[in-house]
Amino acid sequence: MRRFILIAVPFIWLMALFLVPFAIVLKISLSDIALSIPPYTPQLDLTEGWAGIKAFFAELDFENYVFLTQDQLYWKAYVSSLQIALISTILTLLVGYPIAYGMAQAPDEWRATLLLLVILPFWTSFLIRVYSWMGILSNEGFLNQFLLWTGLISTPLVILNTNTAVYIGIVYTYLPFMILPIYAALEKMDGSLLEAAEDLGCSRLTAFWLVTIPLSKSGIIAGCFLVFIPALGEFVIPSLLGGSDTLMIGKVLWEEFFSNRDWPVASAVAVILLLILIIPIVLFQRNEQKQREMDQ
Amino acid sequence: MRRFSWFNATSLTLGFAFLYLPMIILIIYSFNASRLVTVWAGFSTQWYGTLLQNQSFLDAAWVTVKVAIASSTIATVLGTMGAYVLVRGGRFMGRTVFSGMIYAPLVMPEVITGLSLLLLFIGIGLDRGIFTIVLAHTTFSMCFVSVVVSSRLVSFDKSLEEAALDLGCSAFDAFRLVTLPIIAPAVISGWLLAFTLSLDDLVIASFTAGPSATTLPIRIFSAVRLGVSPEINALSTIMIAIVTIGVITASILTKRSSLAKQNDEQAAARTS
Amino acid sequence: MAQTVFAPWDDPQAKPLIQFKNVTKRFGDFTAIENLTQDIYEREFFALLGPSGCGKTTLMRMLAGFENTSEGQILIAGQDMANVPPNKRAVNMMFQSYALFPHLSIWENIAFGLKREGKPKDQIAARVDEMLRLTRLEKFAMRKPHQISGGQRQRVALARSLAKAPKLLLLDEPLGALDKKLRQDTQFELMDIQEKTGTTFVIVTHDQEEAMTVSSRVAVMDEGQIIQVATPAQIYEAPNSVYVADFIGDVNIIDGVATPEGDAYHIAWAEGQAPFTAKTATRFSEGQRCYLAIRPEKVGISADRPADMANAVQGQIIDIAYLGNISTYHVKLANGQMMKAQTANTRRLSRRSFTWEDRVWLSWTDTAAVVLEN
Repeated sequence: MRRFILIAVPFIWLMALFLVPFAIVLKISLSDIALSIPPYTPQLDLTEGWAGIKAFFAELDFENYVFLTQDQLYWKAYVSSLQIALISTILTLLVGYPIAYGMAQAPDEWRATLLLLVILPFWTSFLIRVYSWMGILSNEGFLNQFLLWTGLISTPLVILNTNTAVYIGIVYTYLPFMILPIYAALEKMDGSLLEAAEDLGCSRLTAFWLVTIPLSKSGIIAGCFLVFIPALGEFVIPSLLGGSDTLMIGKVLWEEFFSNRDWPVASAVAVILLLILIIPIVLFQRNEQKQREMDQ
Repeated sequence: MRRFSWFNATSLTLGFAFLYLPMIILIIYSFNASRLVTVWAGFSTQWYGTLLQNQSFLDAAWVTVKVAIASSTIATVLGTMGAYVLVRGGRFMGRTVFSGMIYAPLVMPEVITGLSLLLLFIGIGLDRGIFTIVLAHTTFSMCFVSVVVSSRLVSFDKSLEEAALDLGCSAFDAFRLVTLPIIAPAVISGWLLAFTLSLDDLVIASFTAGPSATTLPIRIFSAVRLGVSPEINALSTIMIAIVTIGVITASILTKRSSLAKQNDEQAAARTS
Repeated sequence: MAQTVFAPWDDPQAKPLIQFKNVTKRFGDFTAIENLTQDIYEREFFALLGPSGCGKTTLMRMLAGFENTSEGQILIAGQDMANVPPNKRAVNMMFQSYALFPHLSIWENIAFGLKREGKPKDQIAARVDEMLRLTRLEKFAMRKPHQISGGQRQRVALARSLAKAPKLLLLDEPLGALDKKLRQDTQFELMDIQEKTGTTFVIVTHDQEEAMTVSSRVAVMDEGQIIQVATPAQIYEAPNSVYVADFIGDVNIIDGVATPEGDAYHIAWAEGQAPFTAKTATRFSEGQRCYLAIRPEKVGISADRPADMANAVQGQIIDIAYLGNISTYHVKLANGQMMKAQTANTRRLSRRSFTWEDRVWLSWTDTAAVVLEN
């Protein structure tokens, strides 16, 4: 009996507040916009019994999905989200790997502190970390002041409200997600492996390429997915750092919902985003699974 | 063997400069006397003063703390139960669905979680306010708690529970007297994580909060959309300071206790 | 001084404390225990011995109540144990990992089971102190488990499981985590405590030396079945199968064909070699296949053929293992079979009589070997 309660309570909670809401999103994505409260039709009318249910299902259709393919805005937003997420993932890897590598090579007594320094931003407000770049990247911001002072440029660069700012924002906020799994993989590595590689005739660089990189592969893959997946549906970064031409699907969904009040289309946008996300999520899970099996 | 080279030193220096410079600049300029946020005009704490008189910020902060305490506490209870079911529950109908529901919210874009919960609340005619934010935050943060606690439970020596049963405990007493005290650090970090997630959340709160309840991130977001402001810098500084002190204290405490334990073990090994 | 030998299993009047009746345990397709029937008596020190995966741990966990039987019955003191949960059994277990509660002191660990019974405080305190004295842990009462050594932890685990004065104590590889020297000391301590408390002990172990030292009877297990149950001396001197002979101690196994010859058997073992002679109670028919099991220490080694031995065979020394107190000679017989002979090193090494490549005679009496059917 206790076991039943133990399972039932979290199960029912997640059922009611996670699974059922999705069913609702799916259902509304098949409905039509209407000038009513709530602003969509059809509404399920159970007072009419079976006839009501039949009438309800008869009115559901894929009109919103057809609309998404026809309106350029939406598929452009999906493509541009994928592109921004992909490019920023690669950039984060390029910035994060040397840091993770440096941490793994650092003397033992530093490592706890370095790890703390990477984890600290995790606990700091995401919003504040994004916001901190607004003052740096604006036309009269610190970066432009610095570059003007050094004489590298003569007129201020326009960075804020462009895609470049979005890249910087994503790399900055998601960097710890990239560093930690790579560091975890590198830290486990036995230093004598590199000595063995050099003993067998590798140069330092080829040893790095042939031993270190393959052994940290699982960390690299995990880090990339941990950046790519949330970046794809990101809302705060494009809306604070991006410009009006920065198209990201999270932002489109938000505006469709709050500004246009078109709930059915917003729901359809969400369903498609979820379908796109399933692929990297499954790949990520598989990588984790493989890693767990190897650790055993 | 470790080889700490110049290349490593440089990448660490640049990397940590990149991570910390923006926040340091923010903190410095929160003490700027000028309203122009990029021009230094002398030291002043005036923005902290105006911040403390800004009732709408204070109200929002109070709402946020209430939501965070309530949601993280419920999430810790539910999440610990969920973790126990995942690790020790054995087989039951719907186990796959259950573990799916625990892991999915971790990777779900916030916009989708927020949208779906809002549609649910409207669908069942629930008035939006603090209560709905608490429900929403509990739902996604209980999954994080589950992951933290279950990773501790996996490494937990099952024979400890069996020993408790063997010595006459019921299953519930074994959990209360043996399992819970031992996994307590993981449960506490789960609570802290849930608390922080709730404090930070903008997107889900925006969807699920009604006009009657505004949280601090919602308030900050609507302010910073208009640009950088010194009050927000001051507010950010306070929040960064609280987090930093908290995290550093926690890490010193855990380090000290693990050192003490290590010393004890060495001493015990010597006396045997 | 007359002393009756402790052997309730030979007494038809004795009531067993534990009865396994046709017990079978399956995990999915895997059969861990197959149709096992066995009695264990009060005050016994009963050892379950076998390689890992033989089912000995499953048997013990069924006694503790952590596993149910798939078929058959387990009775403790005449009561059927099916559906009795572990916390309602008068059985306690000492875990292989000790399973000491890390957040409780030694005192609280020992008191844990007593507190569950809801005994008055002064009784609990008295019992815990008694247990601390018994296991010589008085000084460590207020320490936490991580503040004491491995050997002390082992004694805490023992004290904790004995505190409730169970009818039956189960010990799962109790000495496995200790180093060899400490293990030997602890073996005697365990026997001492068992005798003092009069508790029935069932011990699971894969270490034959440990099983031989501590137990009143040993059950040798393999693949879910008990192969032989007997006193340590019987197990060693009169194994009932090649498996048991081979599992306990060192043994030479010679494959042959039996021919009855008076009150003994002649065993032909190689072309052109004189047969061996052995006496046995087991009946063999003419030409039946059999195995001769001879312990190395019962094989003599000499330069010349000894006159008065029933069996003698010539061979060449291939290897010598010097172990300090004894030496083992590996001797190759004419048909290529290797045989081991052991001698006590009563003389100094420099005066040892044999060396590599020497041709020597191995010999043993007609009662030294056991003749086995399978």
